Amino acid sequence: MTTEPAGLVVIGASLAGLRGAEALRQGGYDGPLTLVGAEAHRPYDRPPLSKHVLAGELRPDATRLPERTRLSARWHLGNAVVSLDRSARRLSLADGTALAYRKLLIATGAEARPWPAETGGGLAGIHTLRGRDDAASLRADLLAGPRRVLIVGGGLIGCEAASCLRDLGLPVTLVDSNSAPLARALGTWVGGVIAACLRESGAVFRPGTQVLRFEGDAAGRVARARLADGSIVEADLVIAALGATRATGWLRGAGLMADPGGLTCDAACRVLDMDGAPCPDIYAAGDVARWPSRLYGDRLVSVEHWGNAVEQAAHAARNMLAGPDDQRSYVHLPAYWSSQFGINIKAVGLTEGADAVAVVQGTRASRRFLAVYGRGGRSIAAVSFDQARWLPAYAEAIAAGAGFPPILDATDQPRIESAAPGFPSPRVAARSTEAVHG
Amino acid sequence: MANLMADAMPDAALFAAVTDPANRADPYPLYARLRQRPVWRQPDGSYVVSGHAAIRALIFDPRLSSEDLPPTRRPRTGNPLKDFILNPIKNRITASHRPLIFRDPPAHDRLRSLVMREFSIARVLALRDRIAREVDQLIEACRGRPEVCLVSDLSYPLPVTVICALLGVPEADEPRFQVWATQLATAVEPDAHHDAEGRRAIIDAFDAIAAYMRDLIREKRRRPADDMLSGLAAAGPDGRKQMSDFDLIATAVLLLVAGHETTVNLITNAMLTLLRHPEELDRLRADSERAPQVIEEVLRYDPPVHFRTRKALGSITIAGETIPKDAPVILLFAAGSRDPERFADPDRFDPDRPDIQHFGFGGGLHYCIGAPLARIEAEIALVALSRRLVAPRLLCDPPPYRPGASLRGPEQLAIGIGGIV
Repeated sequence: MTTEPAGLVVIGASLAGLRGAEALRQGGYDGPLTLVGAEAHRPYDRPPLSKHVLAGELRPDATRLPERTRLSARWHLGNAVVSLDRSARRLSLADGTALAYRKLLIATGAEARPWPAETGGGLAGIHTLRGRDDAASLRADLLAGPRRVLIVGGGLIGCEAASCLRDLGLPVTLVDSNSAPLARALGTWVGGVIAACLRESGAVFRPGTQVLRFEGDAAGRVARARLADGSIVEADLVIAALGATRATGWLRGAGLMADPGGLTCDAACRVLDMDGAPCPDIYAAGDVARWPSRLYGDRLVSVEHWGNAVEQAAHAARNMLAGPDDQRSYVHLPAYWSSQFGINIKAVGLTEGADAVAVVQGTRASRRFLAVYGRGGRSIAAVSFDQARWLPAYAEAIAAGAGFPPILDATDQPRIESAAPGFPSPRVAARSTEAVHG
Repeated sequence: MANLMADAMPDAALFAAVTDPANRADPYPLYARLRQRPVWRQPDGSYVVSGHAAIRALIFDPRLSSEDLPPTRRPRTGNPLKDFILNPIKNRITASHRPLIFRDPPAHDRLRSLVMREFSIARVLALRDRIAREVDQLIEACRGRPEVCLVSDLSYPLPVTVICALLGVPEADEPRFQVWATQLATAVEPDAHHDAEGRRAIIDAFDAIAAYMRDLIREKRRRPADDMLSGLAAAGPDGRKQMSDFDLIATAVLLLVAGHETTVNLITNAMLTLLRHPEELDRLRADSERAPQVIEEVLRYDPPVHFRTRKALGSITIAGETIPKDAPVILLFAAGSRDPERFADPDRFDPDRPDIQHFGFGGGLHYCIGAPLARIEAEIALVALSRRLVAPRLLCDPPPYRPGASLRGPEQLAIGIGGIV
């Protein structure tokens, strides 16, 4: 056991961890500061991994995040926290180090959902794409010239990868259980635009079916996939883009409200214990945090977006340095972007529960449009395809609880017709809030 | 008019005072008063927006339109063929072939993307040598004189030459463009009031330049060169015209007019500001790498364009005011760039500011297309002026200004010099 003085400890050395640590220093904290990261790398940026890094425009190690403040921190990298003992205020790291803390910021993020071992997950050539090392190994396999790449899952990562791989001229098949890509994020009505882009790019899009299992060759490398519709796709490289689960496994036994869907916090980013009481000295931010969103009726949400990692980390750090009577609520309108098939997609708000969608500027046919999602007559989210400049005005309307559709009388406004957004029914496996492990 | 109480709220005469030529030399105290209400309704129902945050929100608000010109109305002739068939068609053509600065999406976006593709950074950088040569010649021509007028000796002739080179106008035809540019300069001035004679002169100049352009476009189609007009006149990948001839002419004229007086003002305002802050002129002379910072700060501190007018397509609530549908909205960019809520000590000229997010090139979808070219022109001109004018000093401060309150700049800038090196 080491005798490091107990200071502030940030668990997780990615975007939220780094920005949180910087905010602590910028907020005037000059005591001991420690960052612990499961990966061996200094904080790096993830968005380029599924775009420029796959395309070979950027080396995986060129994604390092700029450190904007002199942190004077102690780093434990490549050394995950394995347990938290709240009564002793102590963390145990994978290498056996014990680390005392005064306050904690938990920013462990999320982990890619792997393909299950029992249906072929152990085969070589099956990749996930979450971290820098994933991107490097996938890129190396791409350079070997696969005969066909099978992408499982048409979410943002799956679609960005498909777009990149088609630009590289590789044969691509994308399988998604919904009728259109991006169905869970944007609904099939908007996702249909990307379905058309996918097909135009020369990729084979296989909607409405699933991969049952992968089969390998004699060398243990993936060779084909068997699909639920009885067909077989020959593919020697697979990207499993199945979404992510929150990195909370290490909190088992810590007595906190944590499960694969997130680590529950109060509005001030303080982590809740099993009785639902906020821990005054433990905060969470970024992908791992699940917090009551004031803009969405205090529903617990967890948001896997870059902007949230930055803002929430700064907010949590601010509250960590403030007194118990000065804990401010985190109010955030989620936002993200994607680039695929030459289209810049930007979205704000949460589409969950949307019962209507309408194009309010541009046209879906031109692939330049801005669409708004409504729920019970209120505007709850908006997405732009190559029309990002107008999005802030819609974000403001959504945050202000505007009716649906908002902002009439805009330039380039078509006759507004509302459509069914086409969201798939909630996936039971992805529901996370029920099973809480303590 | 200039007797102002800084803490007084805007009154009915305030914006009229902005347009009053008597306040041209220093409108900034008026702007400070206007900013007391960042969005202010004038008695005539128009709105003056002077706060940085409000301007920023509005330039990205889809309810603000730039199609604020009334459609051309041709008088009744009594001839039913003309009145009911020909003229309505002509009116429609006129309305649909406005230059893109006066158009909204989607037409604006289509035209702008074509222009942006041709207004490439590579093409702008390729003009560097030409600009430097021209600047040298213009300065050289002042040799032996005890004083120069920056406007007529350099800032005024330079941009026309550069735009002609960019478009691909033969050098021999440049003098005609200098004349047309002068005649058309006032046409885009939002607060200009033209008498019948003035209007006639503008229309004649437009007809002359349009006729010239039509011929030049035909020539570029026959013998394309590596210039902007050739690029815009070329057929698209589908073999069809990318831009109609109307749009091409409107765009070429727009580039000439919008790119001319603005650049004149940028160079002149920059030199005026440096002469008023001699320590900054010395620092620039010693270190030409400072030029970009100096230019950005000039764009904030004393910009070439002070305001533009838009129209609200729907009601917009901002900064506690609700702008109703159809109301004219005056975006007072130059006031936003001096907003103390956004910039510390905003009335101080400080090229070392860490975060100069000015409205010197406007903003939003109509952000100045020529910004990179303007920056390079100003940079080359300022570096050369700082190095080659010996002991420059202002002979008249404030200098006389041209009438425009929006496209605002000195009419002359007399500088005493000890020689040219």
